[in-house]
Formats: sequence, C-alpha cells, structure tokens
Amino acid sequence: MSGRFRLRQGGRIDRARPLRFTFDGTSYEGFAGDTLASALLANGVHLVGRSFKYHRPRGILAAGSDEPNALVGIGGHEARYTPNLRATQVELYDGLVAESQNRWPSLRFDLGAINDLASPLLPAGFYYKTFMWPKSAWRLLYEPKIRAMAGLGRAATAPDGDRYTQRFAHCEVLVVGAGPAGLAAALTAALSGARVIVVDEQSELGGSLLGDASGTVDGVPTQDWLARTLAILRGKANVTLLPRSTAFGYFPHNLIGVAERVTHHLADADPRLPRERLWQIRAAEVVLAAGALERPLAFPDNDRPGILLAGAAQTYVNRYGVRPGTRAVVATAHDAAYQAAIDLAKAGIEIAGIIDLRPVADGPLPAAARAAGLPITTHATVTGTKGRLRVSGVQVATIGADGPTIDPRGIACDLVLMSGGYTPAVHLVSQSKGKLRFDETLNAYVPDSPAERERSAGACRGVFGLADALADGAAAGAAAATAAGYDGVASHSFTAVAATMAGAGFLGATPSNRPTAKAFVDFQNDVTVKDLKLAVREGFRSIEHIKRYTTTGMATDQGKTSNMNSLGVVAEVLGKPIPEIGLTTFRMPYTPVTFGTLAGTSRGELFDPVRATPTHDWAAAQGALFEDVSLWKRAHYFPRAGEDLHAAVARECRAVRDGVGIFDASTLGKIEIVGPDAAEFMNRMYTNSWTKLEPGRCRYGVMLREDGFVMDDGVIGRLAPDRFHVTTTTGGAARVLGMMEDYLQTEWPTLDVWLTSTTEQWAVIAVQGPRARDVLTPLIEGIDIAAAAMPHMSIREGRICGVPTRLFRVSFTGELGFEVNVPADYGMAVWQAILAAGARHGMTPYGTETMHVLRAEKGYIIVGQETDGTATPDDVGLGWAVGKTKPDFVGMRSLARPAMTEPGRKQLVGLLTEDPQTVLEEGAQIVATPNQPVPVPMLGHVTSSYFSACLGHSIALAVIEGGRARIGSRLYVPMADRTIPVTLVEPVFYDKAGERLNG
Amino acid sequence: MLLIPCPYCGARSELEFQNAGEAHIARAARPAEADDQAWAQFLYHRTNPKGLHAERWRHSHGCGRFFNALRDTVSDAFVATYRIGETAPTLGENAIGKKPPRKRAPGKTDTGKTGSVKTAEATDGTAP
Repeated sequence: MSGRFRLRQGGRIDRARPLRFTFDGTSYEGFAGDTLASALLANGVHLVGRSFKYHRPRGILAAGSDEPNALVGIGGHEARYTPNLRATQVELYDGLVAESQNRWPSLRFDLGAINDLASPLLPAGFYYKTFMWPKSAWRLLYEPKIRAMAGLGRAATAPDGDRYTQRFAHCEVLVVGAGPAGLAAALTAALSGARVIVVDEQSELGGSLLGDASGTVDGVPTQDWLARTLAILRGKANVTLLPRSTAFGYFPHNLIGVAERVTHHLADADPRLPRERLWQIRAAEVVLAAGALERPLAFPDNDRPGILLAGAAQTYVNRYGVRPGTRAVVATAHDAAYQAAIDLAKAGIEIAGIIDLRPVADGPLPAAARAAGLPITTHATVTGTKGRLRVSGVQVATIGADGPTIDPRGIACDLVLMSGGYTPAVHLVSQSKGKLRFDETLNAYVPDSPAERERSAGACRGVFGLADALADGAAAGAAAATAAGYDGVASHSFTAVAATMAGAGFLGATPSNRPTAKAFVDFQNDVTVKDLKLAVREGFRSIEHIKRYTTTGMATDQGKTSNMNSLGVVAEVLGKPIPEIGLTTFRMPYTPVTFGTLAGTSRGELFDPVRATPTHDWAAAQGALFEDVSLWKRAHYFPRAGEDLHAAVARECRAVRDGVGIFDASTLGKIEIVGPDAAEFMNRMYTNSWTKLEPGRCRYGVMLREDGFVMDDGVIGRLAPDRFHVTTTTGGAARVLGMMEDYLQTEWPTLDVWLTSTTEQWAVIAVQGPRARDVLTPLIEGIDIAAAAMPHMSIREGRICGVPTRLFRVSFTGELGFEVNVPADYGMAVWQAILAAGARHGMTPYGTETMHVLRAEKGYIIVGQETDGTATPDDVGLGWAVGKTKPDFVGMRSLARPAMTEPGRKQLVGLLTEDPQTVLEEGAQIVATPNQPVPVPMLGHVTSSYFSACLGHSIALAVIEGGRARIGSRLYVPMADRTIPVTLVEPVFYDKAGERLNG
Repeated sequence: MLLIPCPYCGARSELEFQNAGEAHIARAARPAEADDQAWAQFLYHRTNPKGLHAERWRHSHGCGRFFNALRDTVSDAFVATYRIGETAPTLGENAIGKKPPRKRAPGKTDTGKTGSVKTAEATDGTAP
C-alpha cells in the first residue's frame, strides 16, 4: 500500500504500478502518475524544505510549477544530479532519489533556523545596511558567509552525464497550455487544416481538467471528454502534442522557446534519448492559454508545512488520490475554495471551518457547501497558526466594523487551505511586450493590446469557469487559424456544466492585529508583509525599487504566487490604487531552464568548430603542440625529445636560416578575384597600385578600413589580367571578404568582378631557407624556378609531384622561399613528398612560434599584433605601400585628416635590451625616465618580443610616440620587480639589406 | 529572434544575417574633394533614431546579398526591406507591421509617421 494518506480509489494514478523512491535517505512508495510531491503527501510527509533566509520549516504549497517551497535535489549519482527542482513537477519513477536542500545538519533540525529567531536583525535590505564596515570585509568575509548561508541547492560535482538536443519547428498555430481553453483552441484550429503545435508543462495534457471531479462537457464527465479530445488531436496529422514542455520565453517575431523534459520521468531511459530538448518554434499565430495561478493569503505564519493553496489540495485529492490531511481549515476570499472544500469533504477530510474574508458569500458554491453542512464563517480571517514542523491549529477572528480583528478563537487542524483568488498567468504576453491593463472587477492584470501575433484565451485573460473557457478557447483557435490564412474554420461549441466561480479575491495583507508577526508574501525569498511596509517607510515608492530592495518576486519562481500580493500591500500602505503602483516586468524564463538545454550539443568537442589543416594529423603524430588561431589549430612547434619551447624554436629557426624549413601555411585566408574590372577593384580596395602589376608577379598589399587604419595585409599574385589570387591574415579572411563584398555590392555595383573564398581549397606549404630551391627543383614540372626565371615576388602555375600547383616565390622569413599551393586534398601527399625530398638537405618542419621569431627578426609586422585598429600604414613603416597618385582607395581620404599625420603618433621601432638574455614582456609599457612621479606618461608598448637564437640576443618590436625620431635613444620598461632600460633601433634586426631573399 | 524578410530569399531567421549599420550613408564619389567635416560626418555620424531606422543587412548565411531594411527600433518590427539602390518605400496606412502613431511629447520628431522617413538617395552608402 502506497502511503497511509492514499484514498482507496480515484485519481489518475496507476495503482497497479507501485514505485519505490527515497527522500533524504528514507524509502517510500508511490504510484505511477504521482509527482514526488503527491507521493510524499500520500506518505504523510509535509516537511520538505527550509526557507531561503530564515530556514523556516516549509512544506508543499502548490501542485504545479508555481511551487515556491518544495525545491529538491534529484538524482542518485552526481552526473545526473539536478538541484532546485520543484517536487510538484518531478514525476515519480522507480528508484528516484531525492534530497531536501538548504538545511544542516538535517531537515528536521536545522541550525540555520537561528536566523528565524534573529530575524529582527535581518530586515529587508539588511545586507545593504549591516555589512558596511570595514569595507574590505565585504569581499573576504561577509559575502562568502552570506552566500554560504543563503541559497538553495548545491551544484552537482560531476560533469553532466546526459545529452541535450535542440530543434527548430514551424507551425501556423502554436497553443501554449492544454487546459480547457487551450484544448478547445487546438481542436478548432486543427479542423482548419493548419499545422498546430500544443505545448504544456505538465506530464499530461488537460490543465485544470486533470484535477476536476465535478464538471461535465458535452454530456460526459470532464475526464472522459479530456480523453476523447486528446484522442481526436492525436489522430490528426497536422497536430503535434508536446507534454512536459514549458514555453519559457516569448522572443521577437513569434519565436517561442520551449524546454521539453524528455527523460526526466524515466527510470531507465533509452541512452539514445536526450534528457531535455530545446524547441525554437516559429509560429504564424500564437494562442496563449496559460491558465491562472492561485494566490496565497498573507496572514501571519502562513508558511507552515500543511498549509496549501486550496486548488492544490483539491488537485492532490482528485488527481492523485491523496488526502493531504485529516482535518482542514479553509481560509478564502474566493468561491473556488468552496469547491475544494466540497471535494475534500467527499474524500473524507473533515472540514473544521471555512473562514471567508468577505462579508457575504452566497454564490452557488458557498450555497452548495452550506447545503453539505460545512461550517462557514464570513467576514473572518486567520490571524495566526500553530505547529513547528506541521501546522496544528489556526487562530480565527471575525473582522469588526473598524477593521482590526476581535474575538480570536483557536481551531485545531492538520491542514489549512488558502485561496486569495486567481492571478491570470500573463507572463508570456508581457514578455512579448504586449500591453496589460488592470481589471478592477477581477482584481487582476489581463492582456490588453498585443505586440505580436498572439491572443490569450481562458483564465490567462480572466475568463474563468469551464464553459466560458472552452468557448473562449474555441474562438481564439478559430481566430488564429483564420489570421494564419486558414479560412472556413467551422465554429465549435461546447456544452459544459460546472459551477461558476465568482469573486475577485483578495490582494495584499489580510487584516491582522499582530504587526510583528511574519506574514509571508514571497515564500521563496522569505519576504513578509512587514518587509514591504518597511521598504515603503524607508522611502521606496516605485514597485521596481521595492522589488529590488526587498527581493520580492525575484526568486526562481519569478513571483508567481507573490507579485500581486506585494502590489496589494504596497498599494494599501501608499493609499493608491493598484494601477498607479505599476507592475514589475516579467522576464523569461517562466520556470528555470537548465544550462544543458540552452547549450544543447555545444559541449566538449562541439563547443566551437575546429578547423584543421591538411597536415594536422601528421603534425600531431610528430608530437607537435598546437595553438588556436581563430578557429584553426596550428602547429606551434615540433619539440624533439627533451626540448622545451625555447630549445625547439631555436633549433627550428637555425634550420630555416642555415638550411631549409617546411611550414604549413594553409590557414592563410584566400580570395580569388576575377573579372574584367578585377584590377580596378583591387586598386580601390588596397592602398597599393595594381594596374601595372604584370601577370606572374606578386605584391604585398595593405588594406585599410574607411577610417584609414590598417585592417589586413597579405601577398597577392596576379595570375592573369583579370585574375588575382589574394591572401589575407588567418583571422581576417571572412572579415576581408565581407568588406570586399560590401563595397562591390553597395558602392561599386557596376564593377564586373567576382569574389570567391578559396581558403579551404588550397593547402599552402611554405618551403623556406637557402636550400629551398634545391629541395623543390626535382619535384616541379612546367615551371623554371631558377632565380633569374622566377624572381622574388612572382607566381607561376604548373605541377608538383604530378599535382597542379600555384607556386609563389615569397618569403615571410627573409630567406629564399616558396609557398606551394596545391588543392587541399593533395596537401598531405605533397607535404610528405617535399619532406622526403628535403631529407638530404636537413629539411626541418617548423611551427608558428618559429614563423613569428623569423618574421620579427626581419621586422615584418603581424596585423593585430603590431597594429591595434589605430595604426596607419605609416605608423607601422608601410608608408611605401600607399599609392600616392591613386585617385581613391578605401581609407585614402582618412589618411589626409590632420590627426593621421601628427608627429607624435606611435610608430614602429625595434628595441634592444642591455642584457642580451632579457626578453621583454609583450604588452609592457614604455616610459621616458624610470623615476617620474605618477601618473607616468606612457609612450608606447612592446608589441612583439622573442629571443633570437640566430642573433644570440633578444629582440622586440614596439610602437612608441614619435618613435622613429627617437631611434638611438634610451627608454625604460618598468616591470613589477625592476625597470629595464632599452635602446630604440630600426625595426629590422637581420639581413638589413634584404639580400638573402634573392638567393 | 527576429524574422527578417530578405528581398531575394524571403523571410529567414536572424541567425542568417549580419547587420551592417545605417543605410543611405552616401560615400562621396570623389572622397579626395570632401572637406574634413563632411568626411568626418560620413565616417562617424549616425542618426540612431527611436522609431523607424533605414539600415543595411547582409544575408551572410544565405544569398550573401546586402539589402536595406526599415526597422522600428522600438518594436524591432521590420516594416519593409528593399534592394540596394532602391529608394526607401513610402509606407501606406495598411503597411504590414505599421502601428498607430505613438503619443509623443510636443516638439519631438514623430518618426512613427512613415511619410516622414528621410528621403533615400539613389545610391547607397557603405558604413566603414
């Protein structure tokens, strides 16, 4: 038998399938169809958590996603442990392991409860007032302690062992919520032929119908109508039903974010299934049928375990077959609680009293309750409750003419139901920027004018009662289908019989004669009526400020049960009507969404795409270490046994300078520029002149942004009068092509030019060093690569190892060099052939670090290292590359601005240290004298710095104000432990005459 | 996530697009003849309106084409898109996405009235 408090019959649970689970180590039994909350209640367990701030014992308040108290950690092992799940939404499965949170050493005896006694010291905003001094203690002491004390569950200690997926979906009509209004909308819209998706956060579709035991629709009990309706919808090819799927966010242009819990409820899930799935649904039209949330009543000590929302208690009885107590007091300001009382009484729970705040209660439901003999007291309120870990009684007082209460009397009970009425769930409307208005007769905010193509139906727009909700839903479904272009929607009407529920309910604090007692408004953040009143007394007026000061409505439940009551309290204290107080902004997510769902498959290897060159696997097998350059993995260096970075780089550098090295330069961006106007386009995009560059020759090109600053550079070969092979920096390829397209499409659309990215099409093998020609000559067909026939900066087409090649004679090392371009798929084969041919010349593979050292020895800049987006060509010694007689190029006009030619601009220079072994830090600042008073003017900074094995000393490049005029002088690099004097030199350290290039 | 109507491909998700700044910023035909102030205006000054904004987008993960759009910077609604070189459309009362003019304090420009969209130039400018 599953639990002492399980009813003999009734409910939607499967009594043939008992399930075992543990809570805080104790084993219990429940049934398939239970939530953790209903199973705990069936076993008489009400105490399930401790509150956020005061560590007060807390029980289950609600039956759905609005639950503020019953947050639990779920999962037997750390890889599947999830904290802060609402027990009211956790579906039971066999072997489920749950633990309570925010208590030590145990749930029943929690030392943190001292906060409850110390509460006079912990008023609203106490952390703004209390922990002011000393300042340093905030970071070191107060904040860590407060963080440890406060808070909810713990994070899992193991990586998430589950898989998460994401998908897009499109439909004409999306229905959010599958209660009566949502189902009626879906049914109607589906008949039109439109594609309909229905999402609902619960395990079963049906919404409020699931907990209903008294109504009928079309002549059958609601449960039967529900089953019949779902069968119809399931049978339609144009309808997708998504239970366990929370529409958590309304994004622009009718994109709805939906988090589907796929395997949460399964004991042994198919490992091929994801744990959760993120749906991004783009809908032509949206029907919001999100229902309404019941409000608690803010009477003193309204938070003890055993005090439930009336509708929640009714759901536990009707849907789960659970008696949440044996003797109940119902505190209400709304007729709906009378139906709950009637249903509970039918289930054998003694109703010790219905305490109604209203002077008169004479609707059909109160009349029915009265007829059933339930004791009703009107114009009365609960002024306090008793019981430590479970409520044991209430104090009741009638409300006198002058407001305060008189004549308190005690009623013993183990269950209290409360209902302040219903708040329409307007979260998604508000997220979509739709306007809300305050409805005086309903005491609630309801949707007014939409901002997106959506409409609300049923309780979420204040249309209560089964018959009205069904009719409203059907109308909304028809309207949505019609708006989406599906005409001829058959009108659909329902005949529903259910008690009408009158009443606007109650907002704010109930009348009380105990001003110091804690009457909770926000259960999850422990905000009381007293806190809100204090905030107003301290001068806060805007509800947005009061919210932030008291943290009301800021917990993970987003104030579902608390927002309207806090508005009511503030309105009363300020003496203003609620619409003048305003409403805080609803933000996504409606309920918490896991990082796993949002990350989807973007974890581990898939976190970011990786681009690998054709020789990547070979380099890895050689033991190369890699560095990330944008998305590329580039071989950083190739250490031999016992070598560190410096030893390997010194060896690789000497090999290139003395013999020959081989380097994978495939990551260079490449763009093919073709067309009759190709040269003219190049003239306009680059600073250089291209008209006179003959086919077969190359030129180093500099590209500026329109503001005149260096954006990219690269060697460009002209293959034919109408064809250029452009190379760009590794990281700049996409940006450069984007800018070229921009100018071509929008500024010069008449130019006949085509741009094609060829970065991935070519493998680029740099062969650099005095022996480079010796290595390549035997492999090349159809190209004379002798010095006279193929000088420095030329390009030829031919074959290498039988493969077509574009052979560049270029050098980024200062040595004789070639860059062999072959189709990428041949890259590895050609690389290995060159390496084999180079073996007898001592050919050495080198990585990006050596490439950097070699180019720095020659003073070749790297865009993004020597430049930072504020360098002109002249600043970095590239003034020679700017065509002076050209009529126009991108950035040309900007170079003529006065600021671009000021003598004090930072200019590229070289730096030498006195101690040849001292290697400056890149990024280090440079000053004029070592002992200036602060603030010391910074003249510039080190941009590149290496130890040059070939030169036997360190070298550095820097940009320094008026740097070229300072060459020969001494400046200083202040570091944390010492100041390093440096001498400014020309930024070329090796082969200043440039003769080795022409070898 | 916005749904952006590419004039070449139709409505596509924002993920496929890149914004490319304000539209109709004309680059001088002969930049060398522009004075410093005019050039600085071209480089750096943008209208940044509250309301309708003519701006450039590129369908970078689709057709790759640049196009112009009229977007309401308050609601993010795309009121119209049109091709490079075309004049910004004058919107009728029933234009899709058109909203009733918002109430504004006197003296403020009502960019919500689409008849007052600034006249587009025949050629389109490039944001640097």
